[in-house]
Amino acid sequence: MKKESSIIQIKGIREGLMVSFGDADWDSLTSALINQIEKRPTFYQSARFVLDAGSHVLGNTELISLRDILSEHGITLWAVLSNSSTTEQSAQNLGLATRISRPKPVDVIQPADEGISEEKALWIQHTLRSGTRIEYLGNVIVFGDVNPGAEIMAGGSVLIWGRLRGLVHAGANGNEDAVVGALEFSPMQLRIAGKIAVSPKKNAKGKLEIAKLQDGNLIAEPWKSG
Amino acid sequence: MTAKVTTVTSGKGGVGKTTAVANIAVGLASLGQRVVCVDGDIGLRNLDVVLGLENRIVYDLVDVVEGRCRLRQAMIRDKRLPELYLIPAAQTRDKSAVSPSDMVHLCDELRQECDWILIDSPAGIERGFRNSIAAADQVLVMTNPEVSAVRDADRVIGILDAEEKGPALLVINRIKPAMVKRGDMLSVEDVLDLLAIQLVGIVPEDENVIVASNRGTPMAFDNKSKAGQAFHNIARRLMGEEIPFMDVENQGFFQRIFSGRK
Repeated sequence: MKKESSIIQIKGIREGLMVSFGDADWDSLTSALINQIEKRPTFYQSARFVLDAGSHVLGNTELISLRDILSEHGITLWAVLSNSSTTEQSAQNLGLATRISRPKPVDVIQPADEGISEEKALWIQHTLRSGTRIEYLGNVIVFGDVNPGAEIMAGGSVLIWGRLRGLVHAGANGNEDAVVGALEFSPMQLRIAGKIAVSPKKNAKGKLEIAKLQDGNLIAEPWKSG
Repeated sequence: MTAKVTTVTSGKGGVGKTTAVANIAVGLASLGQRVVCVDGDIGLRNLDVVLGLENRIVYDLVDVVEGRCRLRQAMIRDKRLPELYLIPAAQTRDKSAVSPSDMVHLCDELRQECDWILIDSPAGIERGFRNSIAAADQVLVMTNPEVSAVRDADRVIGILDAEEKGPALLVINRIKPAMVKRGDMLSVEDVLDLLAIQLVGIVPEDENVIVASNRGTPMAFDNKSKAGQAFHNIARRLMGEEIPFMDVENQGFFQRIFSGRK
């Protein structure tokens, strides 16, 4: 077994303490972390942790158990940084932050040179409730509703097989060909590339519509095939 | 006896969680169930006031957790019913005095002794909320028919799903039939349409709730009030009975009873 200090690193940052997990398996990482904490309980009392999970793929269960163990020691886990979109999603599900500095308005999503092409789509198979935020470089397909208070930021297009009542930003990298469609189209606010529009008909029941940029204007129209 | 731990929560404050816990507890206890209410709102306790038991508090939840008393000593018995108890919150401490695992241990100890443990969660989605749902077997999400309360309920339902505490059950409180009729208030259908979880109660707005809280006599002791009746129905639905929902939107409850008698 490697030495604890080499598999986890703890350092002070402006926002609290940053814990970086190395390559070891999840259980030895968490137990190494708890060991560290138990050596100096008063130092860690009421600390705020940011976990840098690297490329570990973590589900809700792992994050819940880690958060609960930390809270036993009086430590708040408030953010999880990760390279894995699954881990980010789990963290968002639990209401944890996934970045520690303020998001920059334009380049929230990195240019598509990280291997995710716009041909790819993220498939979300449940309703997005208020407070959920999805960020993805490619296209996003939701099989469920997007409720008011939920946000989708996509590099590509967004299609919703359900009701759209939240906020969607398609073509967030500046892709003006991105479109947004939903079975019941009544978004709180809609953005494509650099354009922002607010739904004109408040409280109206939405119909099947597709929104796109045309001559620099954001327009939504009923779906016509072909 | 193995109790079902039921937490009442809402996200938004002021929607009627504490009133609901008190009244559902009275409803369950009057069905002969052994009920323990736990006030999860440490630092801003209310449930003792609404139940009219404030003057009998000796030990509280934090005393139990920190080992200053036995669980039994912190359980205040409501003398109006055979088997209704309250474990009050501490007023002079804050949420961090209790951890989620303390709540799990406490409920595990209580589980053998009663049929129902009702936990009154504080508003918000922070520590007190986490404590209150940690031990829950089922969660009732309370909302009012207004956009901001429904938005917060939606957020809480999402968190409960992520924590694998779902699917939550819904109680819609403070419906004003006249306002719904005029189209000035969200209807039950509007709320259900967005939240899409199972409904277990619709409670009409009733001024007497305020009077009842001030007196420390929950509405459910008075079988004649509409709100009291609605809480009794929730209790019976939690017991597994199939009870039709009051049609609070189209006509008053009394009208319905009287028209039924013709």
